[in-house]
Amino acid sequence: MKYDVVVIGGGPAGLAAAYEAYRNGVNKVLVIERDKELGGILNQCIHNGFGIHHFGEELTGPEYSQRFIDDIDKTNIEVIVDTMVLQIDEQNKVHAINNENGYMIIEAKAVILAMGCRERTRGAINIPGSRPAGVFTAGTAQRFINMEGYMPGKEVVILGSGDIGLIMARRMTLEGADVKCVVELMPYSNGLTRNIVQCLDDYGIPLKLSHTVVNIHGKDRVEGVTIAKVDKNLKPIKGTEEFIKCDTLLLSVGLIPENELTRACGIKIDRRTNGPVVGELRQTSKEGVFACGNVVHVHDLVDYVTEEGYLSGKGAALFVKDEMNTDITHKTKNGYGIGYVVPQNININNIENEVRFYMRVKNVYKNHVIKAKVGDEVIAKKREVKFTPGEMIGFSIKKEQFEKLVGNEIEFFVEGV
Amino acid sequence: MNEAKTLTCIVCPIGCTIDIKKENNGFMINGNKCKRGEKYAIEELTAPKRIVTTTVKVNNSVHPVVSVKTSEPVPKEKIFDIMEVISNTEVTAPVKIGDIIVKDILDTGVDIVATRNAKEI
Repeated sequence: MKYDVVVIGGGPAGLAAAYEAYRNGVNKVLVIERDKELGGILNQCIHNGFGIHHFGEELTGPEYSQRFIDDIDKTNIEVIVDTMVLQIDEQNKVHAINNENGYMIIEAKAVILAMGCRERTRGAINIPGSRPAGVFTAGTAQRFINMEGYMPGKEVVILGSGDIGLIMARRMTLEGADVKCVVELMPYSNGLTRNIVQCLDDYGIPLKLSHTVVNIHGKDRVEGVTIAKVDKNLKPIKGTEEFIKCDTLLLSVGLIPENELTRACGIKIDRRTNGPVVGELRQTSKEGVFACGNVVHVHDLVDYVTEEGYLSGKGAALFVKDEMNTDITHKTKNGYGIGYVVPQNININNIENEVRFYMRVKNVYKNHVIKAKVGDEVIAKKREVKFTPGEMIGFSIKKEQFEKLVGNEIEFFVEGV
Repeated sequence: MNEAKTLTCIVCPIGCTIDIKKENNGFMINGNKCKRGEKYAIEELTAPKRIVTTTVKVNNSVHPVVSVKTSEPVPKEKIFDIMEVISNTEVTAPVKIGDIIVKDILDTGVDIVATRNAKEI
């Protein structure tokens, strides 16, 4: 099997990437999906609010992904589902396996990684207590309810106020469960403000900030959890413990880009994003391999995932046509208050108009400005009433500005006003 | 009805903080970045509405449920009554995005429509 571009993952990132590669003149494109259908995690995200930036209207997850599936259906892009990619070898050949064809080695001129991310589990945060049934990640519960038609529990405590946790607080309430509270370790929520309003406030579900779960009770099934307040160092404070009776604990405690394939083929990983270090067209450190979506960094809006998918699709197309500059002209640096910046590398020769940087801050900053500095000169800034780690920040720098730069390091930092 | 309120707009992910106050002939509204925010704030103060998204049982398809939504926002206080009707509804595949599953639910003038295709098996 020989293709120009092979896309690994048929979620929003992979679908956008495949379509854009095709639109940029690549003829033989293949999408490989692990699940039995395209759409990725959007299939279980049945709530609305997707696509406001990209389509200018509010869609549910399945509606959003169907638009891209329809686009793909109109092309000669090939799709194989129920197929697991095992390895990308030194020549960028993709090794995959499924029930029908067995082991396959697929040759590709360019590979796009779009494997998304997965949830952190109980093991990742080491909650003490016994190990009964009834502890789920929020996303697993979401799939159970929205796709498989099962209700995972009746009395629920949710640990973590990321968006999936908040969405599931509402979802389980609508389905008749009693959601006792959402417990958040940090003094602020990691979810979008709009989700706190319409998922918790609407239903009177308390959000307990600076709290955590310190014990899980029950032998066969969860019978309750003990929560406690935490101090400045996030350590539980003795004497503040409170027992909450419940049969289910949902965990919404962060997402990890799924980069096993990426690591195994030696691609450089950024320890801040847990995703590959990428360039302006989402090229990785391995020539011919691109990456997009949550495998690069965890996005909070799928619209941005789509944008990134397009970039990588365009990059892969340029690479296949041998029209891409593969060296690096500029690098980004994370200054004060900045958690990470994507892309980490730039080649200005591949830029048409501007580079859009995505970043997260480390803390909540009110009335602050984010600046981009080269040498001693500030070349761009963005001011907001509030920056929070839960909301990704977009930051554009025009091509002309790059051409004026004297240094090759762009430092982003937060500053008070 | 409250005369003044500070709201977080939920129309889009920006989540503007909007101050709204009832005045003699209308409303004083501050903090919204767009027109839709203004409309939301007035509605939120007078008659709050939400889009409801959920699932409905589907027979003869790959998955046992298919996702649905209200075609328009519905009054907040009717949400649980609407859920009750939907949970007692069954459909049979094939279902296509946009298909009306329940017409004019509880006389709200709002339909329940499918948000996913469900293929027949």
